[in-house]
Amino acid sequence: MSHYAKTEPGVLTRSLTAAGRVPDGVRDWWAGASRWQRWGIYGLALLLAIIAPHPIIASFMSPFTDWTSLLFNPIGTFVLLAIGLNIVVGQAGLLDLGFVAFYAIGAYTLAYLGTAHGFPFWPTLIMAIFLAAVSGVILGSPTLRLRGDYLAIVTLGFGEIVRITAVNTDEIGGSRGITPIPHPPNLFGVEFLLDPLPYYYLILAMIILAIVFSLRLERSRVGRAWTAIREDEDAAELMGVPTFRFKLLAFAIGAMVGGLAGSVFASKVIFIAPTNFPFILSATILAAVLLGGAGNLPGVILGAFLVAWLPERFRGFADYRILVFGAALVLTMALRPQGLLPSRQRSAELKGGTGGGTKTAVSRRDRDDDTVEVSR
Amino acid sequence: MSRKRMVATAAMLAGALMLTACGSSPTGSGGGAALKIGFMGDLTGENSGIVIPPRNGAKLAVDEYNATNPETPIELVVYDSQGNPDQAVPLTQQAVQQDQIVGMIGPAFSGESKAVGPILEQAKIPSVSASATNPGLAQNGWVYWHRIVANDNDQGPGIAEFLIRAESPDNAFVISDDQEYSVGLADAVAQDFEAKGVTVERDQFAQAASDYSSTISKVTAANPGVVVYGGYYAQAGRLLKQLRDAGVTAVFASGDGSLDPGIISGAGASAAEGAVLACPCNIPFGATTGPLAEFSERYRAAFDTDPAIYATEGYDAATLFVDAVKAGNTTPDAINTYISGAMLDGVSKKIAFKPNGEPDVNAIFIYQVKDGSLTLLGPSTEATLG
Amino acid sequence: MFDDFVQQFLPSTVGGLAIGAIYALVALGYTMVYGVLRLINFAHSEIFMIGSFAALFVILSVGVTAPLTGVALLGFLLLLMVVAAAVSGGAAVLLEVVAYRPLRRRGAPRLAALISAIGASLFLQELFALFVIPDVFDRPGRIDTAVPRIVDRDVLFSIGNADVRTDQVIVVIAAVVVMILLDQTVARTRIGRGIRAAAQDPEAAVLMGVNIDTVVRLTFLLGGAMAGVAGVLYAMEFENLRFNIGFILGIKAFTAAVLGGIGNIRGALIGGVGLGLVENWGAIFFGSQWKDVIAFVILVVVLLFRPTGILGESLQKARA
Repeated sequence: MSHYAKTEPGVLTRSLTAAGRVPDGVRDWWAGASRWQRWGIYGLALLLAIIAPHPIIASFMSPFTDWTSLLFNPIGTFVLLAIGLNIVVGQAGLLDLGFVAFYAIGAYTLAYLGTAHGFPFWPTLIMAIFLAAVSGVILGSPTLRLRGDYLAIVTLGFGEIVRITAVNTDEIGGSRGITPIPHPPNLFGVEFLLDPLPYYYLILAMIILAIVFSLRLERSRVGRAWTAIREDEDAAELMGVPTFRFKLLAFAIGAMVGGLAGSVFASKVIFIAPTNFPFILSATILAAVLLGGAGNLPGVILGAFLVAWLPERFRGFADYRILVFGAALVLTMALRPQGLLPSRQRSAELKGGTGGGTKTAVSRRDRDDDTVEVSR
Repeated sequence: MSRKRMVATAAMLAGALMLTACGSSPTGSGGGAALKIGFMGDLTGENSGIVIPPRNGAKLAVDEYNATNPETPIELVVYDSQGNPDQAVPLTQQAVQQDQIVGMIGPAFSGESKAVGPILEQAKIPSVSASATNPGLAQNGWVYWHRIVANDNDQGPGIAEFLIRAESPDNAFVISDDQEYSVGLADAVAQDFEAKGVTVERDQFAQAASDYSSTISKVTAANPGVVVYGGYYAQAGRLLKQLRDAGVTAVFASGDGSLDPGIISGAGASAAEGAVLACPCNIPFGATTGPLAEFSERYRAAFDTDPAIYATEGYDAATLFVDAVKAGNTTPDAINTYISGAMLDGVSKKIAFKPNGEPDVNAIFIYQVKDGSLTLLGPSTEATLG
Repeated sequence: MFDDFVQQFLPSTVGGLAIGAIYALVALGYTMVYGVLRLINFAHSEIFMIGSFAALFVILSVGVTAPLTGVALLGFLLLLMVVAAAVSGGAAVLLEVVAYRPLRRRGAPRLAALISAIGASLFLQELFALFVIPDVFDRPGRIDTAVPRIVDRDVLFSIGNADVRTDQVIVVIAAVVVMILLDQTVARTRIGRGIRAAAQDPEAAVLMGVNIDTVVRLTFLLGGAMAGVAGVLYAMEFENLRFNIGFILGIKAFTAAVLGGIGNIRGALIGGVGLGLVENWGAIFFGSQWKDVIAFVILVVVLLFRPTGILGESLQKARA
């Protein structure tokens, strides 16, 4: 089904494809690794995360700005957001361009209830997560019947609606935002004040929770239903998967993680305003998910880390960092469109064999697969 | 042209200073170890036009001091927050913990000041902002925080009362965009108009919008005596152009954020003519004698451009720190005590602080666009429209 | 409230038509590319921005010092549009070659193209802010660059209490004329047939001897040219350009494309003008700060009742 002339790959493409085999090789090794090898890696990753704020690491990772603060925001918050968005985009295959809305709802819930009504931290956190889920359902129920790119523009609109409503609602501070947001209470004798370190461990704990939760989901009936929807919604529906309900669930769960990220963020920063939640943040998180490899948690986390860290690491280039970031996105996608660490299952699907061939029979107009143009 | 060079120089300086900040030895040290003073604000972002002049002013003051080969030289460390609280917070942590600054000039804007204030307060680092005008900043009980410009609650009534005196309008149309500074200033103006019996109608547009036709329809329908816009010069220029294009001839006024030649190029010289701009700042436009003229000359010699908004305030803020160090204070606490009680006969005005960190003198100055350039009319209580 | 509406309705309508015409022109690029490749060309907003700066470049090079009238104005506008359309069209083709073609060749996931688009969008914005505007136009990169006035703001005629100005009439007429040209090109020429065939069924089109690469290139060229014309009209009407003017306008134009029925050329016109009008009418009641919310709520409502937009999707039906 190749209606494009197949050209010989250039030197650059070939060398980068070769370079791409390294992560691919790692992934294959991982697939065959034994149980204890995997736990070893998990342990190492955790250890690395725990010692990450150490000054020696900091001096290399961030010479220009405070590393521990960066570890919390943007790195920690981006990772958490990416894990949430990955459920929607990577697992259920729904394109969401307004994910920042749930982040904002989580942050605003915590900030408003804590500041105006003195609500305690932990119950408010639960409430913020719940409210984010509810807003996910509210957004999803009218729009999830739309397909693909319609969903993208509607979610984009939703993100903007939430932000503009916050700007224009005086009860939640309007463009002034909300301040002073109370910090979390002491936990295990650790005080949450201005030192970023406890917040980093707080968000690390949340990230680990979200990872475990997300992995369990992926391997459950729900996760399989999402995969089915992602690959072929009509077929899934035909096989008895209630697709609408599962898509709504993906939205709600993704929104919960987004809301969690928002409230943890708000509990540290003292001050939030609508400018904290611009559209470009939605786009950045989406870029993180796809850059890392949608559907594969380690990839997604790596993507979020890079997207958050690189612009700060290269502060020395001050002006040029966004330029370079943009070019890097284009280049990475051209050379490794499936992301840095794609999921094995998805790349198997993309390589054809199972899905690709049969789809040709369906007219392009009717199907909603996720390839630009299929040429193999 | 000179402006472009200025921006380029600024970018290079910022880069250079950041590199210095990360470990190489301080430059320009005369005697002992240099004390570090931070400067934080938007140096590469959208509103950098308002922050580069005070940065230059501060740099001038520090350079002049270091040129005297003092026992304790001062190093000015520049932190480019792009006006974004999310960047300002980690930069401040860096400034406090790694760079060990003993004082901070800025942050330049109110949003970042809100986010950074608690950190500086906890670290007991004195700060003096040359341009953050949000009234709420003074209500946090911060003892290490100061500013040397009047807040929007002084500026708003300053604009309203001047317009009432000059134009005696029956009704006014007050416009803002959705940025915090803009809404705050517009609120203050509207409240004062209403308190003085002037009917007020309002509208607000999004910061990034370029088509203001719906706002213009509202203004034409209301047919106001004066139009006041609270906000920055980029939007003010576009708005003013579209207002005049639609045939609105009422006096147009705005605040300090619009006091920049950018409003004239944005609106076009003919549309901008006669626009009234208020500012808690004193800019030496056309000063030929006295300390202001002298300052302009030194500033021009150093930066190859005329002093613009908040340049004098930046210079004065830095001078406060310089004087504190000259008086033998080298710890943040001692410097804070000195600054809190200082009486400086500054370039911009006489500077002293109230206990909450607000300036003692809240003078508002009125400027007008005449013959395509900004001219100072005088303090808001005395100025008359030409 | 009702009085407000009566007083502001006609002036708001005139303003809404002018900005709506520009939305529509930009929406065409989104719609055509989407129709052929099913790809949201996020960087299209930057193609529009490049067109507006191309117009400024010509205006400055020619050295227009006073507003033009009559034949001189007409000729000059034509020149601007041709240059801007060429520059924008060229930039769009280049964008396709650099940012999208490699992905198509590899059969990349469609979302990857979206990220590539976002990357290209950021890159182009920064390229202008850092290099093009300071170096070519000798202005600071991140603030407004003023455009000399080429059309006077004379009132041409009045409808009720609304004054209609020359510049507004030019924007609307120019947009409509260009759109008719495009519509006819797609409907009647060989090129157009290729585009329609590729949009309808790429596999069959290939079998029938359509060179898809050529079609894709032409689609980007035509869509880019439309954005270039929109850039000229924008520069003439608003007279302030910035490296990020495309951002909000692009989102609006994409909304307009979906509203009218994505992939549908006439839908883009309906969607663009409809969006411009509804925004301005809504602002009468709720205030201009709610414009964007109004736009998105209308979009959701329309999609709920007509899931493929007002005129339905499909580029191939453009002739019908």
